Amino acid sequence: MTMSRESAIRIGVLFPDLLGTYGDGGNAIVLARRLAWRDVDVDIVTVAAGEAVPDSCDLYLVGGGEDGPQVQAAAELASSRALHRAVDSGATVLAICAGMQILGHRFPDAHGNDQPGLGLLDCDTIRVDRPRAVGELLTGDVAILAPDGHSFDIGILTGFENHAGRTVPGAEARTFGRVEIGEGNGDGTEGVVTGRIIGTYLHGPALARNPRLADLLLAWATGVDSFAPLDDSEIDLLRSDRVTAARKHELAPRRSWRDILRGS
Amino acid sequence: MSTSSASPPARLSIRSRIAVGVGRAVAGASRLVHFGTGSVIGGRASLLIDRNLLRNLTAHRDVVIVSATNGKTTTTRMLSVALETTGPVVSNSLGANMTPGIIAALGSTALTEPAVLEVDERWVGSVLDATGAQTVLLLNLSRDQLDRSQEVRKLAQHWKTAIGRALPRNVIANADDPLVVWAAADAPDVTWVATGQDWTSDAAGCPACSGRIEFERSSWHCTGCDLQRPTPDIVWDDSTITIDNRSMDLELGLPGRVNRANAAFAVATACRLGAEPEAATRAVGTVTEVAGRYRVTRLDGVSIRLLLAKNPAGWHEALAHLAPSPAPVIVAINARIADGHDPSWLWDVDFERLGDRFVVALGERRHDLAVRLHYADVEHVIAETLDEALRLVADSPHHDPQCAVDIASNYTAFQEYLDRVGGPE
Ligand SMILES: [Zn+2]
Repeated sequence: MTMSRESAIRIGVLFPDLLGTYGDGGNAIVLARRLAWRDVDVDIVTVAAGEAVPDSCDLYLVGGGEDGPQVQAAAELASSRALHRAVDSGATVLAICAGMQILGHRFPDAHGNDQPGLGLLDCDTIRVDRPRAVGELLTGDVAILAPDGHSFDIGILTGFENHAGRTVPGAEARTFGRVEIGEGNGDGTEGVVTGRIIGTYLHGPALARNPRLADLLLAWATGVDSFAPLDDSEIDLLRSDRVTAARKHELAPRRSWRDILRGS
Repeated sequence: MSTSSASPPARLSIRSRIAVGVGRAVAGASRLVHFGTGSVIGGRASLLIDRNLLRNLTAHRDVVIVSATNGKTTTTRMLSVALETTGPVVSNSLGANMTPGIIAALGSTALTEPAVLEVDERWVGSVLDATGAQTVLLLNLSRDQLDRSQEVRKLAQHWKTAIGRALPRNVIANADDPLVVWAAADAPDVTWVATGQDWTSDAAGCPACSGRIEFERSSWHCTGCDLQRPTPDIVWDDSTITIDNRSMDLELGLPGRVNRANAAFAVATACRLGAEPEAATRAVGTVTEVAGRYRVTRLDGVSIRLLLAKNPAGWHEALAHLAPSPAPVIVAINARIADGHDPSWLWDVDFERLGDRFVVALGERRHDLAVRLHYADVEHVIAETLDEALRLVADSPHHDPQCAVDIASNYTAFQEYLDRVGGPE
């Protein structure tokens, strides 16, 4: 491993008090541990709502959340433009669920009215008349093309989704490709990628189940082409457990007779 | 606690009596084939015959509703024993907290006996409307099973609407939880109880204006509107509770800071309803087990203690209850309907606190837990069954056979292990 930098990697966790509903803090834990295990110094910068967002981080995490806080987070990021400046100077961003929606051109608020997004991801999120998509989400094999033409194979993506709204990728956007199980963007694809910004409906600790996606973000953020592999055997066990469950459509509740009679 | 002054003789209609009888028969049949206590299915059968049964069963009694994300079963139990110092009380003591379970608990009791009812957060409105409860105790709201229940702010709105519509005479509410304060504020008379709250991460956004709540030492306020911590009427201060200028020591049979807070709410409510403070305080101290929680027993020759935690705020407290480190611990996670299908909340729990222990990961979502422990740098192994987990713990270097091994689990895993050791008392 060759390091292209001297100082610690700075990871900005944006508004966990507004956007952190589904264990989103897990993504920062995963990234920090994967760097620490490789002896790379890391500096986690947690930015609460109302605080100034630094524009100097290498990697930003924007989590999922409820409708009201989502609008507030969008407004704060739109007025400071710190994330715009950071992206202009090459920062990497992972935006989950509500986070992905606010990074697009527009998204619906709690009343279904269009709100302006940050325009950093090339996508629009629109309200659709269907029940919330809740359950396991599984894609086919994913390869992501970096801005420099480098292609990263990140394998099958597995996670849990819980969202309303449909996300329509724009002409400039790429996606993770086809959804095998679940709803994803709503048009049969999942995820939106613009430059080094990745948006996804794999919510909460998406990186816990998808270590290669975590390493891709770290590669972009550090400028390192490839990292020494880690022992991901327990994560592989979890991945195969969840892939099997998704393919068996187990998101539909496992209910034994005892559960039913207990009313649980 | 006085009974209702309404004078017609307390009698159920024939339809209601048949409904109660059928429910009891169905529950009995269910017990015969060993399907739990059968109370829920019995209550459902009753409701098919008389859908106004809850209203009819509570028409002649005083009703107290207890609701919260965490602590409602324990607080209901404590409030029941505190009120029993004034006379007989009926309660849904096994935690079946939606209408069918409540009906099952009330069906076989005297129609004028006061009822202390634990009510699921989402059922507060309908139970309040049906029972006309005049006393409501609201403890806390935090995130819980987000893939099936409503987002926490919507629950606060549900409570606020229910309280505003029914206007119960006595509301006892937590002054330290902004969501609860906002929900309870429209009641004509609120007794604010302050017990401190160190879990605040679900209340950062203001429910009134979507602004930001700022927490200071023992206070809080919204930066965008005038929502703020009300002046508490009753303050619980670590080990003493002060009511009407009388300070009493709380000595409990249950562990942990959170149970002392639950006890404070129970005593405060009982006193509001006429119990004598010293007697109520002594009574809550006699509670040592609640629906199997905190039970110490033996299994396969190993001394164990059962702990239940269902969401991040609950785990935050449960990890503080564990036998002192480096005692090993078994953690079991399921993700069935009653648990919520999405265990991503595991990442909101500070499992790093188990760093100097040996942990056995158990339950249907043991792999999710194992990955969480992996990233928390906690030494752990995976077990497929409880028996295997007990063997692994018994063989671990820091196991002390004199000390009960803590088995901390979420809901359906807890129920399974409780069944193994004989079910609730
Ligand atoms: Zn406010």
